[in-house]
Amino acid sequence: MGRKKKTSEKTNLIPGATGDWEVVIGLEVHAQVNSKSKLFSGASTKFGGEPNSHVSLVDAAMPGMLPVINEECVAQAVRTGLGLQAKINLKSVFDRKNYFYADLPQGYQISQFKQPIVGEGEIEIDVDGETKTIGIERLHLEQDAGKSIHDQHPDYSYVDLNRSGVALMEIVSRPDMRSSREAQAYVTKLRMILRYLETCDGDMDKGNMRADVNVSVRKPGDPLSTRCEIKNVNSIRFIGQAIEAEARRQIDVVEDGGEVSQETRLFDPKTGETRSMRSKEEAHDYRYFPDPDLLPLEFTQEYVEELKRGLPELPDEKKKRFIKSFGLSDYDAGVLVAERASANYFEAVLSCLKNSKRDGKLAANWVINELFGRLNKENMGIEESPVSAEQLGGLVNLIGSDEISGKIGKDLFEIVWSEGGDPAEIVEQRGMKQVTDTGAIEKTVEEVMAANPDKVSMVKDKPSMIGWFVGQVMKASGGKANPKAVNEVLKKKLGIS
Amino acid sequence: MKEKATVSDTRDLTRLTLSEARDGLAQKTFSAVELTDAFLSAIETANPALNAYVLATPEVAREQAAQSDKRLASGEAGALEGLPLGIKDLFATKGVRTTASSKILGEFKPAYESTVTSNLWNAGAIMLGKLNNDEFAMGSSNETSAFGPVINPWRRKGSKEKLVPGGSSGGSSAAVAADLCLAATATDTGGSIRQPAALTGTVGLKPTYGRCSRWGIVAFASSLDQAGPITKTVRDACIMLGAMAGYDKRDSTCVDRPVPDYEAALGRSIKGLKVGVPQEYRVEGMSQVAEALWQQGIDWMKDAGAKIKEISLPHTKYALPAYYIVAPAEASSNLARYDGVRYGARVPGNNLIEMYEATRAAGFGQEVKRRILIGTYVLSAGYYDAYYLKAQKVRTLIKRDFDAAWNDVDVILTPTTPNPAFAFGEKTGDPLAMYLEDIFTVTVNMAGLPGISVPAGLSSEGTPLGLQLIGKPFDEETLLNVGQIIEASAGKFAPEDRWWS
Repeated sequence: MGRKKKTSEKTNLIPGATGDWEVVIGLEVHAQVNSKSKLFSGASTKFGGEPNSHVSLVDAAMPGMLPVINEECVAQAVRTGLGLQAKINLKSVFDRKNYFYADLPQGYQISQFKQPIVGEGEIEIDVDGETKTIGIERLHLEQDAGKSIHDQHPDYSYVDLNRSGVALMEIVSRPDMRSSREAQAYVTKLRMILRYLETCDGDMDKGNMRADVNVSVRKPGDPLSTRCEIKNVNSIRFIGQAIEAEARRQIDVVEDGGEVSQETRLFDPKTGETRSMRSKEEAHDYRYFPDPDLLPLEFTQEYVEELKRGLPELPDEKKKRFIKSFGLSDYDAGVLVAERASANYFEAVLSCLKNSKRDGKLAANWVINELFGRLNKENMGIEESPVSAEQLGGLVNLIGSDEISGKIGKDLFEIVWSEGGDPAEIVEQRGMKQVTDTGAIEKTVEEVMAANPDKVSMVKDKPSMIGWFVGQVMKASGGKANPKAVNEVLKKKLGIS
Repeated sequence: MKEKATVSDTRDLTRLTLSEARDGLAQKTFSAVELTDAFLSAIETANPALNAYVLATPEVAREQAAQSDKRLASGEAGALEGLPLGIKDLFATKGVRTTASSKILGEFKPAYESTVTSNLWNAGAIMLGKLNNDEFAMGSSNETSAFGPVINPWRRKGSKEKLVPGGSSGGSSAAVAADLCLAATATDTGGSIRQPAALTGTVGLKPTYGRCSRWGIVAFASSLDQAGPITKTVRDACIMLGAMAGYDKRDSTCVDRPVPDYEAALGRSIKGLKVGVPQEYRVEGMSQVAEALWQQGIDWMKDAGAKIKEISLPHTKYALPAYYIVAPAEASSNLARYDGVRYGARVPGNNLIEMYEATRAAGFGQEVKRRILIGTYVLSAGYYDAYYLKAQKVRTLIKRDFDAAWNDVDVILTPTTPNPAFAFGEKTGDPLAMYLEDIFTVTVNMAGLPGISVPAGLSSEGTPLGLQLIGKPFDEETLLNVGQIIEASAGKFAPEDRWWS
C-alpha cells in the first residue's frame, strides 16, 4: 500500500523490566443496524420501550415460528461494506450459533460464520498527524440477544426481549493496531463512517455500538503471541483504558515468568482493570451450521451498484474536497467533517455565500471559531444552534465584501445569536456598515492629524506609529471605517512609503 | 325439527370418503352439523381403544359446522366446506392445546394458527381435534408419544395382537383408517406420512419441499419437514393438497408458484409414461410380500401403457445414515427453544443450568433425547466435518442421482416400506431396526421431492402394504394420476371387523 505511512514505532512501545514491548490489537465492533424492524421479524427496534413490548412470536421463539430476512438490514450492511471500501459478497449464508442462555429464546443466535455478507476492506486513521491504514477482515449480520436483569428480585432474574433479534453488524478488524490511541482512532473513524452512512447511530451509551477488544503483547519483531479478548467494552475511553490495563497485565505476567493464557476477559471501569470471564477450556462449542430455515442470501451486482449510487459523500472524500476547494487546513477540514451534522451545516453556509471560492475559508473560520466555540461554551449541539447556516452565510458575505469589518462581524454575530434577524438588515438598520468612502476617511484623517501635530512629526522617524493613527481614526469613525482604506489614506497623508 | 342422526346413519356418514362427503353436503343429503356429530360420536366411542386423538375439540367443531351450514345454504361454500378433519398435534392451532405429543410443551396453547391449518379453515374445513404422533415427529411406530401409543385399526388375521399404525403420523393414519375423520393433516421428515399410510391402508402424500408452508408447524428437521395429507383415496389427497398448499412469505423456504387443480390431473392416460424401477431398492430384509407387490405394481403400470425402465440411484445406501445425521443435527438446534423459560413445562432448579437440566430431563422422552445427543455430537467441533458436512455431501449426491434419473423417467415406483405393520415393542429395543423402516422414504426427503404411498395389497396375514411413487419437483399431478391407477388396480381394502367401534 503506497499511501500507508508507518507510525514511528518508538512512540508506541511500552517499557517493561526486560525491555520494550509492542501491543497488538484487533477489534470486533458490534454496531446496531439502523432499521425500523428487527433482522428476522417485524417487531420494532425502538429503544426504551416497556420491557417485552417489542417482541414478535419469532423473537420469543414460539414453536413453529420462522425467520424472514429484513431487506433493509441487508441494504444497510451492503452500504456499510461500500463505505469501508470492502468486497461485497453477492452470496452469503446465515448460520446458527448454538448456546443456551435465558435471554436467547431460540437457543441459538442467527449469524454468519463461513460466508459473511462483506469481505475485506479498510479504514484510514490519523494519529499524531500520520495516516495509517487498518485492515477490515469482514462484516457480518447477526441477531442481538435479549437482556437478563438480575437486580429486580432476590431469587429470580428477569428477561427483556426487546433487543432480541435486533440486527447487528459485526465488523472485524485485522490485528493492525499498535496502541490504545490507534484503537480509539479506529473506533472513532468507524463510528464516523457509520453515522455518515446512517447505517448505525453509533450511540455507545445505549449499547448501539460496542467492541470486543483482542489484545496481545510481544517484543518488537517477534511473531504474534497469545491474545485475550475483552468483551463488550462500551465507550471509546474505556477501550483505551482496557487496552492499557490489559497490555500492562500481560507484560507483567510474562516478565514474572508466566504465560498469557487465551481467555475471555471483562473490563471493569471502576477498578480500571480486566478480569477473567472464562478460560479457553470453558469456551462454548457453538456448533455452527447453516440455518435450514433460511436460503442463502443472494443479490446482484446491479443491486450493489444502485446502493452505491445512493451513498452520501464520506468524511475522507469530503475532507479532501474542503482542503482542495477552499484551501482549508487539514485540521480545520478534519473538525468540520468529524460529524455529519457539522459538515452539513458548513455546506449549508457555503451554499449561502455569494462568492464561496473567495469566502469558503472565511466561512470555515467563522463556523469553527465563533459558532462551534460558542456552542461548546453553551454546551449545545449543532442542531440547537440559534444561528442558522443562512444567517451565518449572510454574515460571512458582509465581511467578505468588505461591508463590515471582522470586528463588527463579532458584534453582529452576538446580535444574531441573541436576537435573531437577517444580518444584512441589522447592519443597515443599525448603521454598522463600514465606511469605504475615501473622502469621508480623508476628512477624519485630517482632523486627527490637525489635533496631534506632535505625533505627526514623530511618525516621520518611527513609521510603526501609524498604528496609533489607525486606532484614532477607527475610534473617531465609531469602528465603521474600513481599516485597509484608513491605512492607505494615512500612509499618503503622512508621507510614509 | 330434525331427529338426531341414528346410530346406523352415523356409521354411514363416517365411512364416506372426503369427496363423497363433499358431494353429499353439496346435494344437501346431510348437513355439516350432522356429519360433524357423526364423527364426534365415533371418536368418543373409538378413541379409548385407538388413542388416535390426543384432544377432541367438539365445541370448535360444532361451531365451525354451524357456520359451514350457513355458507352452504347461502352458496358461499369453500373447497372444503363442512368437511371434518383431524389435525396432527404438530400444527399450531390458535387457542387449542398444541404439544407435538411431548410433555415439554405442557398445556401450551398457541396465540397463532399455522398457515396450513389456516388455509384449511379458510376453505371451510372443520377441526375434530388434535391427532397423536411420535414425540416431535421422531419415530416410525407412534410409540414415542407422551400420550401413549396409537393402535392400528388393522390386525393380523385371527389375532388380537395390537399392531403399530406407523409413525410419526400414527394418529393421522389410524384416524383415517378407522373412519374417525374424513382426512387428516400430517408431516413427513423421513417418511412420517407415507410409512404410516402404508401400514394402515391409507393414502399418504408428501409434497415437494416448499409446496406447503412450514410456518406454525413445530419443527423437527427444518430442511426435511413438509406437511401433507393422509386420506382414504387418491382423489381426497388431491382435494386436501389443493387447500393446504400455497405460497407463504413467512416461510423463506416456501416456493411461490401457483397451486394447480390436482383433481383435474386425475384420469389422464399414462400411455408412454416412463416409470423407473431403482435396482438399489431391492434391499436385504425386504419381505417377500413387499417384493411381490412391487412386481404387481410394475405389471399394473405396464397394463396401463406405461414403459418400465430399470434405473440406478447409486447413493441410495448412504441415504439412511446421512439422514440420521442431518435430521438429528437440525433437531438438536430446533429443540433448544424448549428450555422452560418462556412457555411449556418448567421444572425448577437452584439456578438457570439446573432448571434447564431438570426441565429437559423431565420434558423430553428417550427417543428425542437420543436424537438431541446424536445431533449435538455430529455438530461438535472436531466432528462436524466427518459427520454433518459429509452427510450434506451425500445429500447432494442423492439429489444428483435423482436429477440424472429424471433424464430417463417421469416417475419412480418403489415399495413404501420393506414390511407390513409390526407389533408393539417389536422394534423399540432396537433403534436401528426402527430406523430401517424409513429406508425407502428418506431419500425423497433428502432430495426434497414429492412422494405418495398408495395401498397396494395385503400380506398373507391380512395387513396392508403400500407402493410409493416418487416424482419430479412440483409434479404432484403425475404422482396423483399414477397413484389413482394403482388404487384402481389394487381395489379397496378395509379392516375385517370394526373392532374399535
